[in-house]
Formats: sequence, structure tokens, C-alpha cells
Amino acid sequence: MQTTKEIIKLKDITVSSDGEQVLSGLDLNISDGEFVTLLGPSGCGKTTTLRIIGGFVTPDSGSVFFDGKDMAKLPPYKRPVNTIFQRYALFPHLNVQDNVAFGMRVQGKKKTEIRETVDRMLKLVNLVGFNERRIDTLSGGQQQRVAIARALANNPRVLLLDEPLAALDLKLRKDMQAELKNIQKSLGITFIYVTHDQEEALSMSDTVVVMDAGRIQQIGTPQDIYNEPKNAFVADFIGESNILDGIMHEDYLVEFFGRKFPCLDTGFDKDEPVDVVIRPEDIDIVPANQGHLTGTVTAVTFKGVHFETIVDFKGFKWMIQTTDYYPVDSIIGIVLNPEDIHIMKKSEYSDMFGDYSSYSDEFDELGNPEVDLTEDTAAEVEE
Amino acid sequence: MMRSKTAAAPFALWMTLFTVIPLGIVLWFAFTDEQGQFTLSNLSSIGEYAGTFGLSIFLGAIATVICLVLAFPLAFTISRAKGRKQQTMVMIIMLPMWMNFLLRTYAWMSLLENNGFINQFLRVIGVLADGQSVSLINTNGAIVLGMVYNFLPFMVLPLYSVMVKIDNSVIEAAQDLGSNVFQVFGRVVLPLSLPGMLSGITMVFVPAVSTFVITKLLGGSKTLMIGDAIETMFIGQGANYHVGATLSLVLMVLILVCMAITGMVDKEGEGDAA
Repeated sequence: MQTTKEIIKLKDITVSSDGEQVLSGLDLNISDGEFVTLLGPSGCGKTTTLRIIGGFVTPDSGSVFFDGKDMAKLPPYKRPVNTIFQRYALFPHLNVQDNVAFGMRVQGKKKTEIRETVDRMLKLVNLVGFNERRIDTLSGGQQQRVAIARALANNPRVLLLDEPLAALDLKLRKDMQAELKNIQKSLGITFIYVTHDQEEALSMSDTVVVMDAGRIQQIGTPQDIYNEPKNAFVADFIGESNILDGIMHEDYLVEFFGRKFPCLDTGFDKDEPVDVVIRPEDIDIVPANQGHLTGTVTAVTFKGVHFETIVDFKGFKWMIQTTDYYPVDSIIGIVLNPEDIHIMKKSEYSDMFGDYSSYSDEFDELGNPEVDLTEDTAAEVEE
Repeated sequence: MMRSKTAAAPFALWMTLFTVIPLGIVLWFAFTDEQGQFTLSNLSSIGEYAGTFGLSIFLGAIATVICLVLAFPLAFTISRAKGRKQQTMVMIIMLPMWMNFLLRTYAWMSLLENNGFINQFLRVIGVLADGQSVSLINTNGAIVLGMVYNFLPFMVLPLYSVMVKIDNSVIEAAQDLGSNVFQVFGRVVLPLSLPGMLSGITMVFVPAVSTFVITKLLGGSKTLMIGDAIETMFIGQGANYHVGATLSLVLMVLILVCMAITGMVDKEGEGDAA
């Protein structure tokens, strides 16, 4: 399916602003036709990375290659990429078709060609008949579509998308995710997509680039990222994770909570301290006397598909997702199969995540889209 | 509806007392003679002021264009500056406006005079010989300078207030779609600034055309603009309220025509950009 031809290469990019390191030594290769998502919390440098590719931020050091050619000196208007901005940035003085035609007019394309392309683009984004509409009469979703049509009308090799769906409500966001993915597939152009929404990243991307603190934490397919997180940050940011301290005695054998478990991981030193990740949905609950470990239920939340059950194991609280209901204070046992256990090397993120003792606070923070939006805007202004 | 009508009542009263009635009085004077009889002779005597009108509009237009050219990049720079810096720059633009208009113009007099600061300076550095001077004051140039200096903030501020609302990402989007600096200016910044430009032009052109203080102080006795002509009709020995009122009326009509033309040009410009 995918061509492996490299279209964009970022090499050793470093950016700082007001004495703060925004990106440090970032390397990234992007293949032609790929849907790549830069995923991370606000302030991780994902938007800056996108703006470097677009030409709006000049890195302090490092180089940007497009098709093997250095783009460092190219101003934004000469780059073969187009951007969909966070708040669409449509031209308020132009109607829908003039917005879409803007890039072609600047390039001096023929009138007939412009008209044809505008109609084709409006059809692509389901806005047939909206040609003469003023921008301020459109809904958020419609403005988003105009922004997509306007960027694609320029026939870019690479489309940069900066949190394009952040301002839309959940239902519309889901629809637009599917639509964007379809557009990307049918046109076969490279999408570089920035988001802080891990679900969005997992469901749309060919490749996910997880970023934090100006560094790439992991690059991989959505499955890789989810199933084989490289460190505690990735494990925690993508989905829910219980992260425990363990000791890797030998290949395929790890010890935690004073008990040895068989696992599938190899390649660690003898008795190396490690982080152990156990996903909440992988844990099987059994009667207390049959479990590998025994714990007490401290909280239960009904989530529709499953119950989110917080269980106290010797003072360390785990999250378990189960379709069965276990009331608070019931004592349960759990069974961990080798494929449920994932071992990671210790990192700077060890011990920062993975304990659900302060679960509710964390959820509030992650569940509030307002927080991310305003912080991102602030970051944008600073740049 | 009732509420908003009640709220508007003081304004309506004010407008009636100080705008509608005075305008009526001007009209009455313009179309009557000393005996209070209806006449068109005031209007027909205006012909001899054609040159004065022409000069006023010419100098006013030049001052307006210079203000526009100076203010546009200035206002844009201010609008793109960050928080505190932006406030400081707006302050500096407004600062001269807090000083008395006459004082500012007198200050220019002392700079431009034959024995003024500039000429003295030129003598000191040896560009001019002793006793020589460049005639700066009492020229049309000095009048335009006075107009530009005094009215520039009235061009900068409306432009700034419109430009500050232009989102940076809109400018970036234009660049992103392939516009170079000039295309960004012509296709995005200029059309989005038009409302500010229009009100700036009005706020500079109207007082510039009808000024008499600047002409008097910087233009000397030889240059007569329409403001000065009107002044002489109301003050001093040759006063004639009827001719003065007619001159005011004609000036008002001319300014309205000029503004209408500006408005049309702007609309065309908008059509072009779109």
C-alpha cells in the first residue's frame, strides 16, 4: 500500500523561545502518502514541528529536507505544502468560492481551471452550492470544510493539519475524522496531523509520533504504540495503563509484588529494574482464592461498555476494565497471562504515571478540552 | 422599542439643538440678503473663490495621501506588536494630541522661521552662509507639513483599530497558499483594512480642507485657503455672514462629493480584490 519514498526529513531540529527549549534534537522522516500524526500534550512541541515544516518557524539549528532538498531558506509561500489552521483562518472578506480559489488566483491560474477546481473541491468536501455564501454565515463544521477545500485546491504534496477538529463537537469530530481519512486515501497525499487527542491519533494514522517536552518519545503504527509503549509516558498518554516497578530476572520472567510472572519480553540485563505495564482491559478477574494477586475494590464507575473498577493491591491502586460488576469493598483475585504483561526500560518518566490513587483528578484534567485549547493558543502567540 | 426611543431622546434633542437648527440657520443666511429677502446672488458670487476652493482641496488631498502612506505601515506594525509594546506605541501616537493644537503649530513656526531652529542649524553646520536662509515657512509645503503633523493620529488610529482585528493566522494562510509579501498586502491586508482607511481619510481630509489656523501660522498672509476666507467673512471689518454661510455650505457639499468619490473607489477596490 504505502510507498516508502521519503518526502520530508527533519534532522536534528532545535528550537527555543524566550530561553525555553521547545524542541531539542528532533529527527523525523515522513514517507510519501503517509498519514502521520504528531501526538502529545500541549506544549510538547508538536505545533512548532508543524510550523517548521510550513515555514512559519525557523529552527535555531537543524535542517528540513523536502524530497531531499534543503528547505531552510524557502519562505512559506514557496513551499509545496499547505496548512489547515487550528481556527481555519478563512478570509472573512471573501465568500466560499473566492476562499477556495485564493491560492490558484495568486498563482495566476486560468479562470476556467479555477472554476472547475473550485467546484471539484466543494464537491469533495460536501459543500456543493455553497459557492456564494459568506464565511460568517457558515457553521464551524462548514468552515472547516472550506478550509480543507482551500488547502487542497492548491494541489499540495503534503497537507499540514493543526488540530483541525479541536473546535468541533464530538459527533461532528467523529464524522470529520472519517471524512479526512477518506480524502487522504483517495487523493494519496501525505497528511501531517497534529492533535492532543490520542483516540483521534490511533483511529486515523498510519504512523503516530508521540511527543513530550520537545522530544519524540516513540514513533510507530497505532498498534505498536498502544501494545508496545516504549516508556511510562507513552503508556500513560495512550490509553489507560497500570505501571508498576518490577525486576526482570531473565528473559521471559519478571517479578513484581513479590511474585514472579512469565512474560513475552526479552533483551534486558539480569535482574534489571523495569517498568511493568498492564492495560486495564487485559486483566481477568477471578474469585479471590484463585488469583495471582488479591485486592479490594475501592471505586466503580459505569462507562457504558464496561465498568471502570479501581482495585487496591497492597496500597497500589490499579484500574481494571470489566464487563462484570464488583461492588466497592469486595475482595477479588486477578489472573495475569504472559501476553497481558508488557515490560519497559526505566526512563525519566518512571514513577510519574500508572498509579490510580489520584485517578479522578487526572481524569478531570485530561477530559477538559478547554484547558488544551487555551494553552495551545498561548503557545502559538509566543511563537 | 419604547426603551430605546427614550434612551435616544437626549441625543435627538442635542442633534436638533446643535446640528439641525444651526444647519438651518446657515441655509437661511446663504439664501438671503441683508434685508432677509431670498436671493441667489450669494451663490453666484462664490465663483471668485474657485481658486481658493481648488487650493484647499488640493492641499487637503496631498496631506491626506501623505498621512495614508505614512500611517498604513505604521498602523500595521503597531497592530502586529505584542501586548505592552503595542500599548506603548499607541500612547506615543496619541501623545501629541494631548497637547494644545495651537501650541503644536506655533512650535513648528519656531522651527521653520527664517531665523528659526532649522535655518540656524544649517548655518552652524555651514550649509548656509551667515544671513542666508532657506524659506521654509509661508509656503504650501509648510501648510501640508502642519496638516500631516496635526492630523496623522486621526489616520493611524482608525487604521490600527481595524488592523488589530486581522488574525495573524489569516496572513499566514495567505502566505501558505502562495502569496508573497505584496500579494498578502494587496489581497488580504488592504481589503481587510478598507473600513479603517475610509474613516481615516474622512477624519484627515475634512479638517485639513477647512483649516484656517495652520494656513495662518505656517502659510503666512499670501496663501488663502477656504477656511481663512470663511473666517474673514465672520470676523473683522469685511464681515458678511451671508457670503460666509454660502462658502461654508459649498465647502460642505464639496467635501461630501469628495467622500462619495472615495467611497466609490473603495468599493471598486474591494470588487477587484474579491
